[in-house]
Amino acid sequence: MTMPRTALSPDGPDSQDSREDVLTVDGVSARLGGREVLHDVRFTIRPGEFVGLIGSNGAGKTTLLRVILGLLPPAAGKVRVSEGGVGYVPQKIQLDPDMPLRARDLVGLGLDGQRLGIPLPSRSRRKLVDEMLRAVDAEHIGDARVGNLSGGEQQRILIAHALISRPGLLLLDEPLANLDIASEQEVVALLARIAREQRIAVLISAHEMNPLLPVMDRIVYLAAGRAASGPTDEVVRGEVLSELYGHHVDVIHVHGRVLVVAGRGDGLDIPLVPAAPAAS
Amino acid sequence: MNRVLTAIVEPGFFSSAPVHVALLVGGMVAVVSGIIGTFTVMRGQSYAGHALADISVTGGSGSFLIGISPLWGFAGTSVAAAGIMDLIGVRRPRGRDLATGIVRGAGLGLGALFLYWDTTHTSTTGATVTILFGSMFTIDSSVIPVVAAFGLAAVGIVAALYRPLLLSSASSDLAVVRGVRVRTTGALCLVAIALAVSLSALTIGAILSTALLVGPAATALRLTARPALVMIWSALIGLAATWLGILLAFDSYYWPPARQGWPVSFFVVALILIFYLLAQARPAGRGGKPGRG
Repeated sequence: MTMPRTALSPDGPDSQDSREDVLTVDGVSARLGGREVLHDVRFTIRPGEFVGLIGSNGAGKTTLLRVILGLLPPAAGKVRVSEGGVGYVPQKIQLDPDMPLRARDLVGLGLDGQRLGIPLPSRSRRKLVDEMLRAVDAEHIGDARVGNLSGGEQQRILIAHALISRPGLLLLDEPLANLDIASEQEVVALLARIAREQRIAVLISAHEMNPLLPVMDRIVYLAAGRAASGPTDEVVRGEVLSELYGHHVDVIHVHGRVLVVAGRGDGLDIPLVPAAPAAS
Repeated sequence: MNRVLTAIVEPGFFSSAPVHVALLVGGMVAVVSGIIGTFTVMRGQSYAGHALADISVTGGSGSFLIGISPLWGFAGTSVAAAGIMDLIGVRRPRGRDLATGIVRGAGLGLGALFLYWDTTHTSTTGATVTILFGSMFTIDSSVIPVVAAFGLAAVGIVAALYRPLLLSSASSDLAVVRGVRVRTTGALCLVAIALAVSLSALTIGAILSTALLVGPAATALRLTARPALVMIWSALIGLAATWLGILLAFDSYYWPPARQGWPVSFFVVALILIFYLLAQARPAGRGGKPGRG
């Protein structure tokens, strides 16, 4: 096996029982339009873990999330999800501003959106929705139309929608992509709090790892459809990522932030992952 | 007081049998269309609804040829067309539009042929106008049970699929993740739309039937952000437009130029437009941006 996965795998002494894992991705390959987008990706996530799925655009992050969600069948390999099920937060949903769907309606649909019949007004359901809105600091926008919300507000409502059914694992597709820096930090802090307090594992995809460094327990680094996973400081190292990318990269630490830079410094250096903004 | 009432409601309105049938059938159809229309608008399927209405012309004009109620023809062809559209329509929006357009074109072509035969080979006068623009005062009372059955079927479908339809209109990925069978849900919703469209084709005509489907719903979603209330408002607006339209049409028997009455469909569609414009002029209510409600 060429991947450093064996050395970095989480199958250490504290995870002997793999049945406890909320997610097992076992040798998953995936094809889109005849092209192999993922190759032999394997990692596991334990309850309450905060895991970053990091890779540049086109690395296969969204494809991997879609395979885990069952929206795309893998070409090879298996995905196993524990009983609690998976909550999913898409990057954005397209809804016209005048569509009659309030934030609290969307949150409630996370509880019973698959059920038949018109729900009768129920105090306990309303209470659950209110609690969930409070948990994502969105009580004040509960009655607003979803299509009228800003990117950050919509993000929090989608998180509430995904969490209300108490899944064991929360998957988020690039939740930071369309946010300004302030909302970005809010969403990261919110997710970290939820993962800790409710013991829900979080798998969050991002093309930029720096905003997640303070809260990430482990990392799944995707490049060219292959993955390396493990504790962040073990994966984000020059030799590991060089092998993953198939050419030399350096990992540079600057004031607690990480830069991944291609080349040997004797020619043109291309940062593969842009640095976080200087102000923090 | 009595004189004022007589001026608004011409004598004979409440004692006329055709008016009774018109009020009953028109009322049921308006309520069904209002409810189904809410989902048509939310799911962005107004064009599909329009195409189904056009295609129902084929069945309606065919029914005249063989001498059965046009309602059977309207419903038969539009439900069949809904099935075909779902079968050949890939899930991408553009594929869906293309499929809709192709089925619509084929149906209308056949409808043109049938309408030609209706006018040349049968003694039915006015078949074309009845099919295309409706004729509420000539509805046969024997279709009332059929209207009720089709209406209940359509409303039953969207009531059963209320939550899955809401969720998949927000995001089909979210719906799939929650275990909604999005394909089946969408196909059944299209059948409900087909039924609603053929019912309103019976009352206000195939060409105008989407006005009753889309207009009240588009108006209602300006009034409230709560999906269940939108359905109720939409049904009430459709009902008001239909009943007022029937009243005005009845009154218009005494109006110029011909003193033969104006078509009901004109009044219904005009009232829907007026309601819509009034709702547009109204400032956005609760459920807008936080802090403005």
